[in-house]
Amino acid sequence: MQLMDNLIMKRDEIIKPVGNPFLNEERVKISCRNVNVYYEENHAIKNVSVDIAEKEVTAFIGPSGCGKSTFLRCINRMNDTIRTCRIEGEIRLDGENIYDKNVDPVLLRARIGMVFQKPNPFPKSIYQNVAYGPRIHGLARNKAELDEIVITSLEKAGLFKEVKDNLDHPGTSLSGGQQQRLCIARAISVQPELILMDEPCSALDPIATAKIEELMDELRQNYTIIIVTHSMQQAARVSQRTAFFHLGNLIEVGDTNEIFVNPEHKLTQDYITGRYG
Amino acid sequence: MKYSILIFTVIILSAVGFYAGRSRSSKTVNGEIRKLHSLPGYYGFYVALWCGLPALIVLGIWLAFQSSVVTSIVVSGLPPEIQSLSDEEMSLVINDIVNLAHGIVVGRPDNVLLAAAEHYNRLLGTGFLALVAVVMSICIAGLGFSMRYINPAMRARIKVEQTVQVLMILCSTVAIFTTIGIMLSVLFESVRFFNQIPITDFLFGVHWSPQIAIREDQVGASGSFGVIPLLTGTLMISAIAMLVAVPIGLMSAIYMSEYAAEGFRTVVKPLLEVLAGIPTVVYGFFAALIVAPFLRDLGSKIGLDVSSESALAAGLVMGIMIIPFVSSLSDDVINAVPQSLRDASLGIGATQSETIVHVVLPAALPGIVGSILLAVSRAIGETMIVVMAAGLTARLTANPLEAVTTFTVQIVTLLIGDQEFDSPKTLAAFALGLVLFIITLCLNIIALYAVRRYREEYE
Repeated sequence: MQLMDNLIMKRDEIIKPVGNPFLNEERVKISCRNVNVYYEENHAIKNVSVDIAEKEVTAFIGPSGCGKSTFLRCINRMNDTIRTCRIEGEIRLDGENIYDKNVDPVLLRARIGMVFQKPNPFPKSIYQNVAYGPRIHGLARNKAELDEIVITSLEKAGLFKEVKDNLDHPGTSLSGGQQQRLCIARAISVQPELILMDEPCSALDPIATAKIEELMDELRQNYTIIIVTHSMQQAARVSQRTAFFHLGNLIEVGDTNEIFVNPEHKLTQDYITGRYG
Repeated sequence: MKYSILIFTVIILSAVGFYAGRSRSSKTVNGEIRKLHSLPGYYGFYVALWCGLPALIVLGIWLAFQSSVVTSIVVSGLPPEIQSLSDEEMSLVINDIVNLAHGIVVGRPDNVLLAAAEHYNRLLGTGFLALVAVVMSICIAGLGFSMRYINPAMRARIKVEQTVQVLMILCSTVAIFTTIGIMLSVLFESVRFFNQIPITDFLFGVHWSPQIAIREDQVGASGSFGVIPLLTGTLMISAIAMLVAVPIGLMSAIYMSEYAAEGFRTVVKPLLEVLAGIPTVVYGFFAALIVAPFLRDLGSKIGLDVSSESALAAGLVMGIMIIPFVSSLSDDVINAVPQSLRDASLGIGATQSETIVHVVLPAALPGIVGSILLAVSRAIGETMIVVMAAGLTARLTANPLEAVTTFTVQIVTLLIGDQEFDSPKTLAAFALGLVLFIITLCLNIIALYAVRRYREEYE
């Protein structure tokens, strides 16, 4: 009965998160303060304030429709492309407010790579898929440099060995897991500081998932990563910090070990023990 | 009139059969419909089909053969001296008899014909009574037969659906057979044409002047049927039209699908499609009365000699006409490009225009090509605008300011007025039609192929 009481939370209720949303300044890559997102009348993100640590994997977990993807898409301003979406509050990347009028979302997105739920390679060759970003940003002065960027990116994404003889094959001809790694290669080809992953493994089988998770472990040496995931095990395996969202509220945030071993909030506890969600 | 009453009666009987079958089926299970194999309505349809369909088929066959059977009976009853007439004269006699039978009396008909007409009418009368008897008995037999067969285990739904399927197959074959029929008739008439004019003269001749002498000594009587000037005229006008339609159509498609606000799009897209609904004859006089004189005046001001009927005027207006074909179809294919690809591109920091140029358009290209090719075949087949605005002179020229003519225009002029149906002049229209048909068919095949390739891309 108590569980039910917890679940029937008022939709417009705003909850103050528990845990430790704020970090020491030197560890902070992104700091979000009082972020609110509205889709027309729907209050999708409710006054969320949280810090994201540099060169760590942060996992956003929570039931479907809790706003974790929406929040993720605020960080590279992808929500700008949705007309009905309105965002309040501030998100600072290295201290600079990305919603400042002077910030060009196009330049911002070049600093933030994104990997989507479904692998979405362009209907071009594998090479062209990876070369696309460097080309539009003019990162390579000649063909040799471009080749190098493509190869390094594919290597970093752990895909090069599998495709090195077929770089001219269409990206869409790869398997799902390979396609997703190709998308990761495409994302890191423009040397972003931050990679956002929106349920990157939800369309993949366990083996492909394992490869991506391994890759994330390597990538966090150089990149800050935020991953939205439905899989609690995945969050526990790959992340150092975890944030739990529910109905647009940030409920609890803290070190992954803490949250999974010793959740403070009743909702978090119910969710990660699988009592609902 | 009396036939339509008969058909109406059959339909009413079928309706009665429907209700009878429906109520009987639910009675057999005392209203427990779940015990029936099919819903009661299907039993109703089953009875109605049995009642109406065979009767209507018999009626159709009867009507198709009635007149020839009756005529041959009447003819066989005529005196031998009339029967020995030649076929042409015989058909005149039969015509007279039928006219007399319908009460159209010309002059003073002789008694033999009067008797024959009376015979004809009598036969028709008996025929109709027999028809009513046959159709009604089939109708009622079908009704009774199918009513008896209603039982809970009968698979009425499956039988009804099978019958409806057969009807649908028949309907779809109507279109196919019509197309095949038209193609064959065009083909055979063209063959007749090529028997008189060598096909090489037709395909490679550069002079088009389809006059055929009526008298031996007529001036300028030698017809020449070189299709090249028509081909160049057609291609030039189509090219001008595409030069207008493709950029405007494509740009507006890109704007509407990628940039325009939802509200703007919902207003403008239907408006653009209204352009496609304007009758081409309206475009035609717009071209002939406004655009062509305007171009001529403009030309004379800047010292160019523009003919008052010019390929340019026709092409421009035709281009306006086919804008909606390009824009609407391209808009659809651009919209069909998955949002995930745009997100991917925007996500690496491409601008919206970079995304459109490098990702959206290449992905939509086959579909866009398809829409353009469909528009081209539309332009090539267009008639009214060119009839009014491009002129009738077959001239081999590359100057768009001169009057040219096209396949369709020439087909129209060849078939206007009284024609001999075996002269090369008339038959040439079929040959032109054949060439036109082959050109547009090829374009359509390429277009369909391109569109299909596009479909495979994302499925």
